[in-house]
Amino acid sequence: MIARLLAQIGRPVLAVLAAFGRVTLFGADTLRHMVTPPFYGREFAIALLQIGWFSLPVVGLTAFFTGGALALQIYSGGARFSAEAVVPQIVAIGMARELGPVLGGLMVAARVASSIAAEIGTMKVTEQIDALVTLSTHPMKYLTVPRVLAATLAVPLLVAVGDSIGISGGWLVGITKLGFNSATYLKNTTDFLEFWDVGSGLVKGAVFGFIVALMGCYFGMNSGRGAQGVGAATKAAVVAASVMILAANYVLTGMFFTS
Amino acid sequence: MITLSGVHKSFGPNRVLRGVDLTIAKGQSMVIIGGSGTGKSVLLKCVLGLVKPDAGTITLEGQDVTRGDRDAFLARFGMLFQGGALFDSLRVWENVAFRLLRGPAAMPKDQARAVAIEKLRRVGLKPSVADLFPGELSGGMQKRVGLARAIAANPEVIFFDEPTTGLDPIMSGVINALIREIVVEMGSTAMTITHDMSSVRAIADQVAMLHDGVIRWSGPVGEMDAAPDPYLQQFIHGRATGPIEGVR
Ligand SMILES: Nc1ncnc2c1ncn2[C@@H]1O[C@H](COP(=O)(O)OP(=O)(O)O)[C@@H](O)[C@H]1O
Ligand SMILES: [Mg+2]
Repeated sequence: MIARLLAQIGRPVLAVLAAFGRVTLFGADTLRHMVTPPFYGREFAIALLQIGWFSLPVVGLTAFFTGGALALQIYSGGARFSAEAVVPQIVAIGMARELGPVLGGLMVAARVASSIAAEIGTMKVTEQIDALVTLSTHPMKYLTVPRVLAATLAVPLLVAVGDSIGISGGWLVGITKLGFNSATYLKNTTDFLEFWDVGSGLVKGAVFGFIVALMGCYFGMNSGRGAQGVGAATKAAVVAASVMILAANYVLTGMFFTS
Repeated sequence: MITLSGVHKSFGPNRVLRGVDLTIAKGQSMVIIGGSGTGKSVLLKCVLGLVKPDAGTITLEGQDVTRGDRDAFLARFGMLFQGGALFDSLRVWENVAFRLLRGPAAMPKDQARAVAIEKLRRVGLKPSVADLFPGELSGGMQKRVGLARAIAANPEVIFFDEPTTGLDPIMSGVINALIREIVVEMGSTAMTITHDMSSVRAIADQVAMLHDGVIRWSGPVGEMDAAPDPYLQQFIHGRATGPIEGVR
């Protein structure tokens, strides 16, 4: 009875650990292929465009509304102890350290992990991956490396743009609805923010970008057979990327801001 | 020469190959026949290393295919996949010229494109097809593009997985003649999977029948009709009754 219960708990735990091990090996393999030729420049450029440029609208909109909402919340919360004036500072630090990278990462996970997993999964079930191999082209080098590299470089840039737009959202709400003076709001923001507030967010962005593309590629490459297999791979990629982003965010925040 | 001996492959409980022994002489055209799902495609993939056999050895010119330089080994092969397996993000000519555009011996783009258009012409496709995407072609046209891609780099060994399935009879005839021509002209070794008995007669030097995970019969195409094996006779005459069950 107790043995059965333990087995019931143990099995999924072991499965998760095994999956985590496989993902780690896949990541190490990706890094190894990243530093050995050949390098596929055209695939990298396409990935950069797909992951970076085309994610700008969704990341920008998310940041804008989040910055605005944050300003409203801090104003009403701060009013309880007459601290309405801290809105610019808290919006800036909240966006740069946490919300910019995390929400940016999650939006990219939704948009990019899914599309990478679906694309590579479809290639797998239609034998295109096998065809690549027979044409002497390594699927890790041709498919995984360009996407992972592009995401690792592009997501920090997206985060930087998101931070700026989020802070602008807070500023717009601040001056139109909360009665802040525009110049004072901006001065408070720039005087208060330190380099590492922004820099830590960009480092987080790079890690989240790596996670997103790696999950998309991993689940795509290991897709089951048929349309159902691709569907399952896509779902798993988005879920795994999102959970790993939030877990990594906690770990990184602990590393960066507790000493 | 390609030699397979004692090749086994299972997918979970599904024992697909159960000891395949087969030899394909250099410059010969071997045709593999057998019912759907008997493991013909898996057999080709084992030779290419796309599927890892559970047991047995496969050699090319005496050399074990699992050892040595993979790239050099694969450079000697061309493969037409059953479903075409075209890269749908690339144009037709880029698909055909894929190998020519990459690797240490990469050609300039113009030259690779010219070769691609010539190969497309050989499989009965017009140059105007070259700039389309695979998704814009009919199934039969995709198959022919896959064929053009398989022969683009003039490989020594070519595998064709159901090259004429989904083509009309005239186009099947064209493709059969083309495969025969490639073997005769280029001296390539060919291994073709087909269900179409007219293809077998047009393409084959040797025929092998895969059934229940083993080579049930093999021999020269001329001896096929007179062979007494009841499994082979049922298959080549397409009879519904016989030792091979209709329900699988
Ligand atoms: N990657 C795979 N995973 C699991 N089963 C497979 C795989 N590839 C082939 N099979 C199974 O092996 C058997 C033979 O398949 P295949 O070689 O495609 O048959 P065919 O002779 O029609 O080409 C089928 O039952 C198929 O379901
Ligand atoms: Mg098949």
